[in-house]
Amino acid sequence: MRYSYFPGCGAEGTGRPYEESLLAVFETLGSGLDVLDDWNCCGATAYPSINLDQAAALSSRNLALAEAAHPGPGPVDVVAPCAGCYRALVRTQKTMADGGKTAKRVRNALGSLGLSYEGHARARHPLDLLVNDIGLERIAAAVVRPLRGLRVACYYGCLLVRPYALFDDSREPTSMERLFRALGAETVDWPLRTRCCGGSCYCGGALLGALPEATLELSHELLKDAKQRGANVVVTTCPLCQFNLEGFQGQMARTFGGSHELTVGFFTQLLGVALGIEPRKLGIQRMLQWELPDLAQAGPRAEAKERAGATA
Amino acid sequence: MPTTVGLVAPGHVPDERLSAAETELRTCHQCGTCSGICPMVEYMDYSPRALNDLQLSGHYEEAMRSKAIWVCTSCYACTLNCPKQIPVTDVIYGLKRAALQAGVYPRRFTIPVMAKEFIHFVGRRGRSSESWLSVQLYLRTRPMELVRHMPLGWRLMKAGRMRLRRERVRQPEQIQRMLKMLATPPGERP
Repeated sequence: MRYSYFPGCGAEGTGRPYEESLLAVFETLGSGLDVLDDWNCCGATAYPSINLDQAAALSSRNLALAEAAHPGPGPVDVVAPCAGCYRALVRTQKTMADGGKTAKRVRNALGSLGLSYEGHARARHPLDLLVNDIGLERIAAAVVRPLRGLRVACYYGCLLVRPYALFDDSREPTSMERLFRALGAETVDWPLRTRCCGGSCYCGGALLGALPEATLELSHELLKDAKQRGANVVVTTCPLCQFNLEGFQGQMARTFGGSHELTVGFFTQLLGVALGIEPRKLGIQRMLQWELPDLAQAGPRAEAKERAGATA
Repeated sequence: MPTTVGLVAPGHVPDERLSAAETELRTCHQCGTCSGICPMVEYMDYSPRALNDLQLSGHYEEAMRSKAIWVCTSCYACTLNCPKQIPVTDVIYGLKRAALQAGVYPRRFTIPVMAKEFIHFVGRRGRSSESWLSVQLYLRTRPMELVRHMPLGWRLMKAGRMRLRRERVRQPEQIQRMLKMLATPPGERP
């Protein structure tokens, strides 16, 4: 199965390790991601504060491009790893399906570019694909380094499950916990996992400048709580959350005291580690802080690898 | 500064400028769940509940001029938890649109400036470039912060996570034309 991949603007910058690890993981699991040619910005959370029609038009162009690239009956899955892009695309799908005034105007504007969006293209988050399409069984069978001994805090943030809960519960999501338990890790019971990290998610990037004290405090509360609950790694599904939680740990320590050092990675990176993908392919060298306990190789795929090595 | 505004009988919506989402405010009981769940409430001049109340009691302009609407990170916690299913976050988005249209946002406050810059950038090129935008914004609103964040910027640059190249789609004029067709006509509410 091949998917249409929507990188989003964050993939060019701070979210680069997210893209690298996502592509490596999907390749290892035998599902290909084809970059959506000439994609544009999803409109993020900023465009709806100017004009709803324009916000919908930006996301619609991407969905229309995906349909043009994958003609034929049946849905086209547009994989959007950034939780912000994912939500913007889902919002637009709903707006266009409602068929109201905005939908009519956007259809007209798309038509002037020779494009149309018929509703076959739909946004999917890679977490949804992994857990519900590829399946935990197939993933567990591909594990080379079980994450035994790791205590993972799964951070969903605000955008992935709110206000649209298409593949998980808005209040008590469990997809990531199920995924990491299937990889052999323990997951931390963490009620704050859907609380906002404080990043004003305007352009998927390093914009702590907006209200630094607020962002810092919210991120600090998240990390402090995760640590108290015994987490030794936090995994995220959004480039902005990841950056907020990773990039300002020193500043948090200076402001609030105590140590905030905690590995905060993308969920695809840690999944890649379990699948035995080499760290460089997962963008681990790009992380500001990455420290995990040693993981032993085990599991059916590791044994098969070992046998192959012994006979070679 | 937190302000308490008197309760208004439900159903009283005096301002015809209220958008479709905002008319759902009619059912607001002022229970304060939105304010209780809001992670940003302590940084707001009016809580989400107070914003609702301002609009219901005809003080639309005051709500529009508040700093609170720009502090909202649109995390949708209020929308999810409202017992009357009022789309509080989208109501706040309506206030933001009205404020930007009327040009009454706080000038030195980064967030509305950022929203405008972002939109300008994406509207011209079709894509955003986070590093470029961040630098622009710091220069415009808090140049000293830029100096303070330089070590972090350098670490990111070394790690290959910061690119100053400005991205764009192949034919930005297409995006420009599409957005122009959908621009808000003057005098109309966006």
